Amino acid sequence: MTKSTGPSVSSELRARREGQGLHPDDAFLRPGRIPHIWCPGCGLGIALTAFVKALQKAKMDLDKTCVVSGIGCTGRIAGYLYLDSYHTTHGRAIPFATGLHLVNPELKVIVFSGDGDIFAIGGNHFIHAARRNMDLLVICVNNFNYGMTGGQSGPTTPVGAFTTTAPYGNYEQPFNLAYLAQACGATYVARWTTFHVYRTRDSMAEAMLKRGFRFIEIISTCPVGFGRPNKIGSGLEQMRYFKERSVVKHGIDAREAHLTMGGEIIVGKFVDDERPTFLDMYREQVEQKVAQSGGEEA
Amino acid sequence: MRVRQMENRAVLTGEHFMNGDIACAEGALAAGCRFFGGYPITPATEVAERMARRLPQVGGIYIQMEDEIASMAALLGASWAGAKAMTSTSGPGFSLMVENIGLGMMIETPCVVVNVMRGGPSTGLPTLVGQADVMQARWGSHGDYGCIALSPSSPQEMFDLTIRAFNLSEQFRQPVIMLADEAVAHMTERVTIPPAREIKLVGRKRPSVAPDEFLPFMPDEDLIPPMPNAGDGYRIHVTGLTHDERGYPAISPEAHEPLVRRLVDKVRLNAHLIVDFEEFRMQDASVAVVSYGCSARVAREAVEMAREQGIAAGLLRLKTIWPFPSKRVRELAAQVKVFVVPEINYGQIDHEVQRCAVGKPVVHVGLMGGRILTPQEIFDAVRKASS
Repeated sequence: MTKSTGPSVSSELRARREGQGLHPDDAFLRPGRIPHIWCPGCGLGIALTAFVKALQKAKMDLDKTCVVSGIGCTGRIAGYLYLDSYHTTHGRAIPFATGLHLVNPELKVIVFSGDGDIFAIGGNHFIHAARRNMDLLVICVNNFNYGMTGGQSGPTTPVGAFTTTAPYGNYEQPFNLAYLAQACGATYVARWTTFHVYRTRDSMAEAMLKRGFRFIEIISTCPVGFGRPNKIGSGLEQMRYFKERSVVKHGIDAREAHLTMGGEIIVGKFVDDERPTFLDMYREQVEQKVAQSGGEEA
Repeated sequence: MRVRQMENRAVLTGEHFMNGDIACAEGALAAGCRFFGGYPITPATEVAERMARRLPQVGGIYIQMEDEIASMAALLGASWAGAKAMTSTSGPGFSLMVENIGLGMMIETPCVVVNVMRGGPSTGLPTLVGQADVMQARWGSHGDYGCIALSPSSPQEMFDLTIRAFNLSEQFRQPVIMLADEAVAHMTERVTIPPAREIKLVGRKRPSVAPDEFLPFMPDEDLIPPMPNAGDGYRIHVTGLTHDERGYPAISPEAHEPLVRRLVDKVRLNAHLIVDFEEFRMQDASVAVVSYGCSARVAREAVEMAREQGIAAGLLRLKTIWPFPSKRVRELAAQVKVFVVPEINYGQIDHEVQRCAVGKPVVHVGLMGGRILTPQEIFDAVRKASS
């Protein structure tokens, strides 16, 4: 049937689709892509696993679920998932996802990327997609630095933290991502850490089944990029810190959930709301009027 | 029934008196464009305004994005969801778009980008004409790739060539640039829109094998791989990283070599299918005027003036500016004594003509922008070159 002479993955693909992989989650992972590129102790494997479990919990149609990533360590998640997956340019996952969603609203479009990607180079896209209430789920893994390039400061680096570009300690004030999302009108805002595996999974599954612009921040370990210069220690020790200093505060105003170096980590679901999406408004305000008037003025 | 009505409304068959920007939007709709993501910018705003009004009438989506970077990214997403998609802009916006034009080239995504050229660099002359983005259109994004750019000379061609831009983008699976200029975009003339059945449309190749058998970046003999939509069940990976036939990242010279060669060659080796030009009084010409866009209209007048004075001038008018018609210019080099290249810049297509002129002199008639060239200016250059 195929005319290809290149590498064939068909038999492995078939086995996975039929649930005959070596691991129960194999059906969700793209064949031939593991081992992943992430460092030992990195939280991205946990975030990926939580996501795969959430896909199952929410009973998502895998043929209709798309993941869009930007650039960076988290950006690589798209490539490991056995879904329609798009690894785009730095910061541009949200507008790419916007195009996908608007043309085919049947698709469940999920943006999965890092803090530098979404909130520095892509910050403008985030705030406008939230303002429009674009029907997208945005999952941001926040490791407080640019990991892929070796540990530089980013828009979430806490004051006082050391990075390769903050050799005297970071003096820029960081974003509180959850507050930013809330302020821009996101209909769902939650924050967890990679220690909160089940809460992350449940939050993802809950958000997958909601409409509107939904945002989940996952605080992640980054022992190589962030842990080492700040003497936080291994991934395990960072996880211990997450366990000991995290405080669950559901429903609080996200502006109170500011993160500081060495301070407590406020986690929980901060926003769970409804408002008309971009397409709801478009249909109500534009398409109905065109249908009524006939739009004959062309 | 509703769908058919919508389709009828997409093609406004008949005689119209419209400007180039509006004709461009109508050409897009006639070509099947159903997604427009853009950002206002003079002198291309009328394209977006027309699309905002017209797309909802034909079941399409108009969205004004937060900037041109987002517009271009949204186009790529829209295309992967299966739509024919377009944006329109001018120099400053085009500069922002080249990032994701590069992604579009790398992940082979059909879409159309209209650049209505104004005077640059930077903010330059927002309301006044320029033709200085020719090389940016060709080389704007980093890395090697093949470029297709069309150059309309009239509102009618803003309509016709926009349809062709969509057809080429679907056929060759890449962003295609409509390199228009302010003069043609804001010029109002008769535009004939034919019946829908007479408009030839090309769609992208779809996979003919099951998802399990499909290698998304394995090209056919024409160097172009079939393209599935998101949601079709193929569940493919698409990345701007160098990738293999499976679409998997492959960071090696062994993977990069065939991929990038193919991205260049699919245009280069198919140039004969893409290149389009028009000749006027070239048969016995000894002076070849090579021009495009608004300048080509003026050049035609200058050629007529020269002929009246007994100078054997002819015009080669480029309708596709990239790929450049190298073969035809080399042929002309054997025929003519001199080339004259009028364009509103310091010398851009001039370089291409020089490259193909095989030792024949090339006279550039340049103007930095802000107004169109006059027939007299071009005629003077032709007369001087011919003597």
